[in-house]
Amino acid sequence: MSVVPPVIEAARPSAANRILQRILTGNWLVGIVAVLLSILVGSILIAITDPGVQAASAYFFSRPGDTIAAIWEAIAGAYAAFFRGGIYDYRADDFAGGIDSLVESLHRSTPLIIAALGIGLTFRAGLFNIGGRGQILFGAAFGGWIAFGTDLPFVIHPIVAVLVGALAGAFLGAVAGALKAFTGAHEVIVTIMLNFIALNLLTWALNPGGPLRGPGSSPLTPPPPESSLFPILVPGFSLTAGFLLAIVLTVGVWWLLERSSLGFRLRAVGENPAAARTAGIDTKWITITAMALSGALVGIAGVELALGETRRPFGIAVDNGVGFEAITVALLGRSRAWGMLAAGILFGVFRAGAVQMRIAGYSEDIVTVVQALIVLFLAAPPLIRELWGVRPDGRRKAAKA
Amino acid sequence: MSGMVQTQTGGLQRVAIVSWKAQIGYAVIAALSLLLFVGLGHDGVASFVLTEGGSAWQLPPIEVGARSFGLVVAVLLVAMTVVAFVLAARRRRVPIWLTLVFGLLFIVGFLAWAAGAATLSNTLQIAGLLAGSFGVAVPLIYGSLAGVIGERVGVVNIAIEGQLLFGAFSAALVATMTGSPWAGLIAAAVAGVLVAFVLAAFSIRYFVDQIITGVVLNLLIVGLTSFFYSALMTKQPETFNNPSVAQFTRVPIPVLSDIPIIGPMLFKQTLIGYLAIIAVIAVWFGLYRTKWGLRLRSVGEHPTAADTVGINVNRTRFWNVSLGGALAGIGGASYTIGAGVGFGENMTGGAGYIALAAVIFGQWDPVKAALAALLFGFTSNLGSQLSIIGSPVPSVFMLMLPYVVTILAVAGLVGRSRPPAADGEPYIKS
Repeated sequence: MSVVPPVIEAARPSAANRILQRILTGNWLVGIVAVLLSILVGSILIAITDPGVQAASAYFFSRPGDTIAAIWEAIAGAYAAFFRGGIYDYRADDFAGGIDSLVESLHRSTPLIIAALGIGLTFRAGLFNIGGRGQILFGAAFGGWIAFGTDLPFVIHPIVAVLVGALAGAFLGAVAGALKAFTGAHEVIVTIMLNFIALNLLTWALNPGGPLRGPGSSPLTPPPPESSLFPILVPGFSLTAGFLLAIVLTVGVWWLLERSSLGFRLRAVGENPAAARTAGIDTKWITITAMALSGALVGIAGVELALGETRRPFGIAVDNGVGFEAITVALLGRSRAWGMLAAGILFGVFRAGAVQMRIAGYSEDIVTVVQALIVLFLAAPPLIRELWGVRPDGRRKAAKA
Repeated sequence: MSGMVQTQTGGLQRVAIVSWKAQIGYAVIAALSLLLFVGLGHDGVASFVLTEGGSAWQLPPIEVGARSFGLVVAVLLVAMTVVAFVLAARRRRVPIWLTLVFGLLFIVGFLAWAAGAATLSNTLQIAGLLAGSFGVAVPLIYGSLAGVIGERVGVVNIAIEGQLLFGAFSAALVATMTGSPWAGLIAAAVAGVLVAFVLAAFSIRYFVDQIITGVVLNLLIVGLTSFFYSALMTKQPETFNNPSVAQFTRVPIPVLSDIPIIGPMLFKQTLIGYLAIIAVIAVWFGLYRTKWGLRLRSVGEHPTAADTVGINVNRTRFWNVSLGGALAGIGGASYTIGAGVGFGENMTGGAGYIALAAVIFGQWDPVKAALAALLFGFTSNLGSQLSIIGSPVPSVFMLMLPYVVTILAVAGLVGRSRPPAADGEPYIKS
């Protein structure tokens, strides 16, 4: 969400001009308004549940200033904690300690970006992959199995884990794709059901005596060995090679979607399946391929969650809500590779900021609320316009004509 | 399950009797029972207790030899399979009652096998098992009714999960604050309607994809309820989250609740449980026997035609989706004020998705969907019962069953899966 100077002479069709065009077509403005509105709603929720505000509001009519001060304190406190956790910790002693928050956000954004790339890919092909959770669990389970089940050297070990996790995710995606292609089963229903099947399978595998059960008394895997973990990029910071992988995959998905022949066919099926079929595109094959590729990417996100983010024995909670959050990231990024990268980083800031909010004594769940609201508002540009009131200069009115 | 199959080729619908799917299904299950009940059977005794401890009519427990009983059941199943094949060869339908008897026999055989193979106890409390299954199924029944109404009117309701969760939350909050379970019940219905309003507004007014709206709404409700749970409820549980002071208790109906096997299940319920049964019948009657139902179904099947005859498509959709939301909200109340349990973070744990599965497995029919919900409640309750008596069946596989049969159903392998024609399609008046 870069802020571009609003006054640019529209002389020639340059890159800057195209960006301006996009701002004027309303999407970016709608995006900013959606984020602001959601944060406003979040602030209201923080204020009404704050004990200080509740205490002060009891004597609101005698001293209204107290209530307003308490509201300000609660909201400012919450968002300051959020800022410290997600962007820059101004209380830290040095710059490295301060910027650690932003690095943590990038680290936290990694699985979101990778999973969103996968889910966005299916959106472009006119499909819905709601099976992010199951594919993440499958990727994590099989990637984890490589991690503590095999003995491989550094660097090679996580690479093999990623490949196996991708295959596991791709399998789950391909099942949904094949059922859609050959029997017409709606992929939304199938992927939702596969989520729960994967969840139950992993629960079973983590039961005492199960193939993934670790030595402890809780249903967790064995600890992954040091060699299998994603290497840390800069000592002292949490960021791993997984983030580089996320950027590489972003470029890869961009190339696949916008430049490759497969991507063209994929988008053609997404835009108009009947026309694509008439043009000789094998829509069944494209459906299966899109779902398998999507599952592979989401599976990689699962491996990253296990071996890059958790780095410890993990259980069925390894997905950490990423499977569903990635859907919102894909929607926010409008299923474009670079958009999803940016949206993933934004939501990574949310994830890192939420942790600090919890430490500061605020409920981190407010972040989930704000995230969901952003997507809801974004999904309905007409709603934003109605709430905002259409401006008389017609700019925004012409936007979505 | 009639052997009819619909194939869709290029927009044309062709109906032809080409399928032997039901027969193949019979054969697979019969072969499975031979293998499981006889081949892998145990020689122990399986004991079924049919009455509850305190009831007026007491029946002695039925004890059978697990393997010999399994053999009888397996032979009967094989015989019925042969009958089904003979019927198909004569181009006749397999009657639905045969399938029901077949399924029931298989379940009884399975119970005997599981109890015979159990390590801790060989006794299964059948009446308690069924009553517990109904308890698990109550929110699923309400959720599936919400799904049936929504999809029959043309709006896919993925947000059942959110409606159940918000219903559970609101019921606990309001019932604790007012001290009245009735207020909690109304609050739950209102909560479900609120979620439905958002779903309906986004999908009907703003033409946002219904699946996206549903998924994001579920996320929003999880966030909202978890936020209020940790910001309010955990800090002052006595004031905000103590439904045990205002819960619906079980109201046994005299005499009827003493009927062996099914008495405790049907006639020893909370008010929310009785209401579920009434709601199923009411929705069935409404859908198929009233003007309201006819209009609702016509909007879901062919909105343009409905519009032509003067039905306001979008208004019909809006209010019926809201009605479904109220039902799902009441279903959510069964988690908290229906059980006297405080609200817990994400306490519905995916029940809304099982309800969605029941809608599909129940072929978008309220009675069949409620029966599917009951079946799913039974499998999950059976899973936990079997793990208590030390049965060799891992409970996760029982818990997985609803999802597996739903995938088989949408793939057309079990029964016939044909959603309403305009399901999920926004109606844009031209």
